Amino acid sequence: MEKIATREAYGKALVKLGAQNPQVVVLDADLSKSTKTNNFQKVYPERFFNMGIAEQNMIGTAAGFAIAGKIPFASTFAVFATGRAFEQIRNSIAYSRLNVKIAATHAGLTVGEDGASHQAILDISLMRSLPDMTVLVPCDGVEAEQAVFAAAAMDGPVYIRLGRSAVPILHAGGDRFAIGKGEELRQGADVSLLACGIMVAEALKAAEELEAEGVSARVLNIASIKPLDVETIVKAARETGAIVTAEEHSIIGGLGSAVAEVLAEHCPVPMERVGIKDVFGESGKPQELLDKYGLTAKDIKAAAYRVIKKK
Amino acid sequence: MEQMIGESELHTTARQIRRDIITMLLEAGSGHPGGSLSAVEILTYLYFREMKVDPADPQWPGRDRFILSKGHAGPALFSVLAERGFFPREELLTFRKIDSRLQGHPDMRKTPGVEMSTGSLGQGFSVANGIALAGKLDKKDYRVFLMLGDGEIEEGQVWEASMAAAHYKLDNLTAFLDHNGLQIDGPVTEVMSPEPVADKFKAFGWEVVKIDGHSFPEIRQAIDHAKKTQGKPTMIIAETVKGRGVSFMENEAGWHGAAPNREQAEKALAELV
Ligand SMILES: Cc1ncc(C[n+]2csc(CCOP(=O)(O)OP(=O)(O)O)c2C)c(N)n1
Ligand SMILES: [Mg+2]
Repeated sequence: MEKIATREAYGKALVKLGAQNPQVVVLDADLSKSTKTNNFQKVYPERFFNMGIAEQNMIGTAAGFAIAGKIPFASTFAVFATGRAFEQIRNSIAYSRLNVKIAATHAGLTVGEDGASHQAILDISLMRSLPDMTVLVPCDGVEAEQAVFAAAAMDGPVYIRLGRSAVPILHAGGDRFAIGKGEELRQGADVSLLACGIMVAEALKAAEELEAEGVSARVLNIASIKPLDVETIVKAARETGAIVTAEEHSIIGGLGSAVAEVLAEHCPVPMERVGIKDVFGESGKPQELLDKYGLTAKDIKAAAYRVIKKK
Repeated sequence: MEQMIGESELHTTARQIRRDIITMLLEAGSGHPGGSLSAVEILTYLYFREMKVDPADPQWPGRDRFILSKGHAGPALFSVLAERGFFPREELLTFRKIDSRLQGHPDMRKTPGVEMSTGSLGQGFSVANGIALAGKLDKKDYRVFLMLGDGEIEEGQVWEASMAAAHYKLDNLTAFLDHNGLQIDGPVTEVMSPEPVADKFKAFGWEVVKIDGHSFPEIRQAIDHAKKTQGKPTMIIAETVKGRGVSFMENEAGWHGAAPNREQAEKALAELV
């Protein structure tokens, strides 16, 4: 299967977007080679602003660009974008609903060797709690590009979560992606696997293995964490009666929490959250980390059997 | 010079704005008088003599922009905006009350003429940079004015923003430092001294001017100097008196964030005639 990191797709998408829309400007904080905003810099140097290692000022500057009618994309590692500059995002962007797109890379454990200091495992939680913030977690390169265009097309703050490592391409091209919509990748009746980001591919793998063992698993790609597709999630809960969520993020505050909130209010069914279990990560190869922290198809499958038993 | 800028008229306006600040705070029962009163002359000059703005069309794209990074001085900004015709003066009495367009700290989504929501210190500076950068990119000739508190500049973000403004040669950005010497817990030099501020901003690559922040002619000269300065932003260090114009509030840290009671307000208004 063809693979590309969502950050790579982001860098390419920015260049296309820049050609279409002269209002797009890009800011980075000395990580443009890693976030891939350097693609944009090469083609549109006058619209690229390196703000140095000063994330708080980068976020505030992006807010100013938005006030002046630009569509700023601000990028750095997810841990710094959402952590170091959280209060700037809250007060200078979200509170005024400014049209700033925060596209943060190196989310989750698959940062790998750099270790826990660089692994964003709380970013979805932080961004999701902000009023008026849209939160997107694309699962592959195709969806990442579509998320970038969808973010640029809407007026308001958007957080786009991107990864470092190459991930399989699960989508054909075409204008499929819609903010606020979940996507059914596989039909199923016994259990629903709701995943985002790199865990979507794992959920599909788990569903295939489950099918071989006689269990029919539905797979939903929840790239739009906020707004959340409540209807599709409730329908999955009603029709399959058991839910497993899977994310490369803490089980506190991310996709699992968001889905649990929906189920608790609309359709309580047995559920399990596959994710990072309220601990920090560590150094290691991405795959080693996913294995160690329980973020694989195998873990999703085990969780599926447990929730089915509770039905 | 005095006649050129209509100084006596400006003094009359400034007095009215000080009266409005006192009245608003009395009515609200809370708010920040000290840092509002120290900023009155600068704000009055900007909105009545300097900035191209259109109260009937607050979002007019060609307008000059002002960002009150020390957002707690909102009462001064609101009074000036009302006096300038952005919204009715009677509305000042709704300040800090439920459903009001005049929030405890400036809110760009609620108040006509407010350019940016502020209140969290240090953040307005970066936003001003962004607007100035966009102006340069679009080759627009609007100017961006910014006001910072002297306690506010203890924030790390201020120095990130200072570095960036000089790096990007933002000569369309003019900042005022309301150098009133006080923050909440006492004198700025005792709490966490940012001095020598002039040297610091110079070292960061800024043009630096020092003025009496209550003198209209000096404010004008400093702005004129800033407009002539090319290739770098200008910091106007305005020596001011916190609580200026109300004798018992002047230079008193205690009046940073306390509203006057009726008796105190009457005493203050009696001085502001
Ligand atoms: C980030 C942040 N920290 C703390 C505060 C609380 N606060 C409000 S005003 C103030 C003191 C400001 O002093 P200064 O900048 O000198 O303002 P001025 O004297 O002009 O009123 C503080 C600490 C705040 N508003 N924002
Ligand atoms: Mg002060």
